Amino acid sequence: MALVGLVLMSLALVSCEQGHTYNYDWGLFFRSIFQPDNLILSGLWLTVSISVVSQVIGVVLGTFGALGRMSRFLPARLLSGWYVWFFRGTPLLVQIAFVYFGLGQAGIYAWERHPLFGFISGGVQAGIVALGLNEGAYMTEIVRAGILSIDPGQMEAAQSLGMTYRLAMRRIVLPQAARVIVPPLGNEFNNMLKTTSLLVVISVPELYVQFSRKNGTLFAPFELFLAAAVWYLLLTTIWSLIQGRIEARLGRGAGRAAEAGPSLRERLFGTRLGGVDDPGVVSGGR
Amino acid sequence: MTTEQQHHLPHDLLEAIGGLPPAGDCIVEARDVHKYFGRLHVLKGISIAVMRKETVVVIGASGSGKTTLLRCVNHLEKIQSGRIWVNGHLIGYREGKGRLVEDRERNIARQRQEIGMVFQRFNLFPHMTALQNITEAPTRVRGVREAEAREMGEALLERVGLAEKRDAYPSQLSGGQQQRVAIARALAMKPALMLFDEPTSALDPEMIGEVLEVMEELAHEGMTMIVVSHEMGFAREAADRVVFMDDGMILEEGAPEALFANPQNQRTKDFLSKIL
Repeated sequence: MALVGLVLMSLALVSCEQGHTYNYDWGLFFRSIFQPDNLILSGLWLTVSISVVSQVIGVVLGTFGALGRMSRFLPARLLSGWYVWFFRGTPLLVQIAFVYFGLGQAGIYAWERHPLFGFISGGVQAGIVALGLNEGAYMTEIVRAGILSIDPGQMEAAQSLGMTYRLAMRRIVLPQAARVIVPPLGNEFNNMLKTTSLLVVISVPELYVQFSRKNGTLFAPFELFLAAAVWYLLLTTIWSLIQGRIEARLGRGAGRAAEAGPSLRERLFGTRLGGVDDPGVVSGGR
Repeated sequence: MTTEQQHHLPHDLLEAIGGLPPAGDCIVEARDVHKYFGRLHVLKGISIAVMRKETVVVIGASGSGKTTLLRCVNHLEKIQSGRIWVNGHLIGYREGKGRLVEDRERNIARQRQEIGMVFQRFNLFPHMTALQNITEAPTRVRGVREAEAREMGEALLERVGLAEKRDAYPSQLSGGQQQRVAIARALAMKPALMLFDEPTSALDPEMIGEVLEVMEELAHEGMTMIVVSHEMGFAREAADRVVFMDDGMILEEGAPEALFANPQNQRTKDFLSKIL
């Protein structure tokens, strides 16, 4: 909060120097946060739901992408390689526009003619597809790194017990890789929550678009976009808490002493502010 | 199995010539096996036969190819030429027009069910308890019912002296305990053959005894075992035969007392003088 205050003050100073005064409508700012109207709430819901669905698609695609990349079957390796190459090598914004406008205009898939379940608009579908495909490329690399981090002896032990590669991967390697994958996966989802705002280019009425539209009528960009930022910050903060819980739980299953992941404070500020580690509690492990 | 069944059937013609050769007694047969790692020639024409209920200890300096040989027996390593039969079946390969063709994965997996393997570094599954480590393969691979597998797993843990550790994760066990669980895990598949790849080399000295004890018991009970190890005490106590490997070849083999007391090959003498 102190940080926000500082930024506001400096911005206010700059505006003074330019010789005009801006009438800050703090009421609008606080109402946008504490008494959000239906537009904001629906935007919030859309942002969260699109993020979750896209991330799930990304994880599924990433898992298959990683398995494909490590397959003995050359076409699978090539396909997966091209997929990652393309989606990591082109801007997400272009991908979103191409999926929605490009495919739609070319008649390959006219999104707006196919509202899913009658209420999920074509734009939302296209957005989810584009975000999911893009995320899948990044998740492919994350899952692959996770699998490669597991001792090859695990696969050998499983296979020497008569398991096939598939069964060993599913029962032995992937569950262990999951523990390695979860922290970067959490960071990906944090990004996803914010990246959904790019869907503004195809007018999906998510959180940012709602604030942007409000600004069109009220013209209070300072208050409204600051409020939008606070909403995004709230989402990512809540996610940080959930992520910490998940990581702690996964660590426990490993039989390690419950190692707490980074605290919320560490997550938000990147450091341990003022906290001196008690050398007595540093876990020795085995 | 087929040869055993054939023995019980009347084979008048064969009986006239003294019956079938006792092929069923030979559980592993390797013939002129060559293996390369890139340019490195690690196995240079290995031939060996292991009989049912026999315990063979393979010794030799590191880099002599003994671990590689063991890993070829359950096809964790490919071979470039030669043949390895386990239970009368070619392991990992099919005959195809005079050359070896790698077998389908499903067939290799089925063959491996018959071959237990114990690793130097245990390779227990760290996300599973001791009991789950043991029941995983029987239930998922053999289709044994959960309750039945658990019962067998508990019996096995009891036998290796770890009944009270059934719910412990590998990270909560000592090296010796982990290796005993690993032996139990391999036994749970009811293998016809057990392979041990330096099972005590990664252990602290005070834990070697507890693992060797289990292995000795297993050997005396009649399990067929191939053990790569430098534990001369174990070889003396449990081995029917000791095989000395050097530079990818089998230089000498024989009963442990004979080989240790009176080695014929100079290399064997040199090696034994360093290790005994």
